[in-house]
Amino acid sequence: MNVIETKGLTKYYGKSRGIIDLNLSVTEGEFFGFIGPNGAGKSTTIRTLLGLIKKSSGSAEIFGRNIETNKKEILAEVGYLPSEAVFYSGMRVKDVIKLSADLRKKDCKKEAKVLCERLGLDTEKKVEELSFGNRKKVAIVCALQHKPRLCVLDEPTGGLDPLMQREFFTILKERNAEGATIFLSSHILSEIQRNCTRAAIVREGKLIACDSVEALSKTSAKRIHIEGNADITALKNVRDIQKTDNGTSFLYSGDINEFLQYISKYSIDDLSISEPDLEEIFMHYYLDGGDRQ
Amino acid sequence: MTIIRHELKQSRISLIIWTVAIGFLLAVCIFMFPEMKGEMDEISNVFSSMGSFTQAFGMDKVNFGTLLGFYAVECGNILGLGGAFFASLCAISVLSKEEKERTAEFLLTHPVSRVRVVAEKLISVLLQIVILNAVVYAIAVSSIAIIGETVPWQEITLMHTAYLILQLELAGVCFGVSAFLRRGSLGTGLGIAVIMYFLNIIANLTESAEFLKYITPFGYADGAEIVRNVSLDMNMIAIGIMFAVIGISAGFVKYCRKDIS
Repeated sequence: MNVIETKGLTKYYGKSRGIIDLNLSVTEGEFFGFIGPNGAGKSTTIRTLLGLIKKSSGSAEIFGRNIETNKKEILAEVGYLPSEAVFYSGMRVKDVIKLSADLRKKDCKKEAKVLCERLGLDTEKKVEELSFGNRKKVAIVCALQHKPRLCVLDEPTGGLDPLMQREFFTILKERNAEGATIFLSSHILSEIQRNCTRAAIVREGKLIACDSVEALSKTSAKRIHIEGNADITALKNVRDIQKTDNGTSFLYSGDINEFLQYISKYSIDDLSISEPDLEEIFMHYYLDGGDRQ
Repeated sequence: MTIIRHELKQSRISLIIWTVAIGFLLAVCIFMFPEMKGEMDEISNVFSSMGSFTQAFGMDKVNFGTLLGFYAVECGNILGLGGAFFASLCAISVLSKEEKERTAEFLLTHPVSRVRVVAEKLISVLLQIVILNAVVYAIAVSSIAIIGETVPWQEITLMHTAYLILQLELAGVCFGVSAFLRRGSLGTGLGIAVIMYFLNIIANLTESAEFLKYITPFGYADGAEIVRNVSLDMNMIAIGIMFAVIGISAGFVKYCRKDIS
């Protein structure tokens, strides 16, 4: 079953672009990554799905229910972690957590206590005294204490120290193992690569790729590094050429035999062919329009 | 209920401060009355011969030498203006503050419909206004009893009712405006209250501007007029309630469709 499904989802803010014609589907139980540079439309997508902003056109469903007509039922089973958590000033951490549970009409005391302990959160403090990272922890507790079926996380690790990040992802993986679907928006690739099973890449409001993280990393392109004198200007299907002291490095997406024939004309010192890392693929999606080759 | 409780908790300090301030000022004025009473003939003459100033505050309509006349004018200025400020400030910020302080994202991603959020926030504003007025009424009545005057129940109750309606109307209008605002709300709220107050003064001063009384809620909350007629002008109040209903409806319609930034 698809937990999130959008068809041609579009949002314009007046004339400026939010997202254009987004087709996305996330199945139940997935750990789904949503990657894109700042301003690509990640947050717009999330905010539209959660009903904070109204779509301009297209349709979207969560748990097979329309996001506009069934917003309340959907939100009851969603936990949302905003990129920048802000709370009512003057309130204590425990009161904010209690308020969140009350708004859900649920008693989450037990789970909240466990989460606070695991994250090392002092619930007696006032929220305005908290650092950015500690505010994030409060938001995490609010997003997870009711054991949601779908967790929507918008750049969740900002402000958390590495230990906390690890604990946070451990919690997420436990929830995922218990059946919850995780939708993780991030621009930190390693985070996606390490945790997600599938991922989508957005750029300038459009979905440019959506596949398993493995497949996304395994494009036909190879990173080729040549030491020595080889003129590759005549070689086709070459991208991202970088000159080094004594050689050239580039992404090659053509036939490997063709390349070997071509290079055999030259006398070179060394040659290495490797899989490009996700970072490189990611840059390629960002920089040159994202046509996968 | 959760949001109402939360709102009341959040604004309890401001409610206490406003209530105490208005109640205290009213009480002080009432306690001043016995002392002034002896010199009242003189004062009354002075107050009723200040020309347009007298007219502006309706002091030509009542006898300043009686407790009622005195209270009608004092009450008009303290409870009228103070209450109007409180109601406007309270209502103008109740919706917009969520976006201004960026807590809207937290609130609205919980399983609560927008209609419910708006309704509970509206109720919390109305409750605060009612609480403030009830306490102030109690303070006023007991102060009058303490200085040994007989409490003119009917007139006092009518006056306080008029001011309560005035505040509810301003709150309704400001509530509607609040749905459209993201920031700068407090200034707008104060502005609305002050403009309404001065519209009434203008209406008092010039005959040709009397129609303004139908626009500003201070038109029907005129202590001097109420004391003289011992009744409220139901036509004006009906118009006022209509303004409030329009404001509140606009607030609901706008906020339920609004893109939250």
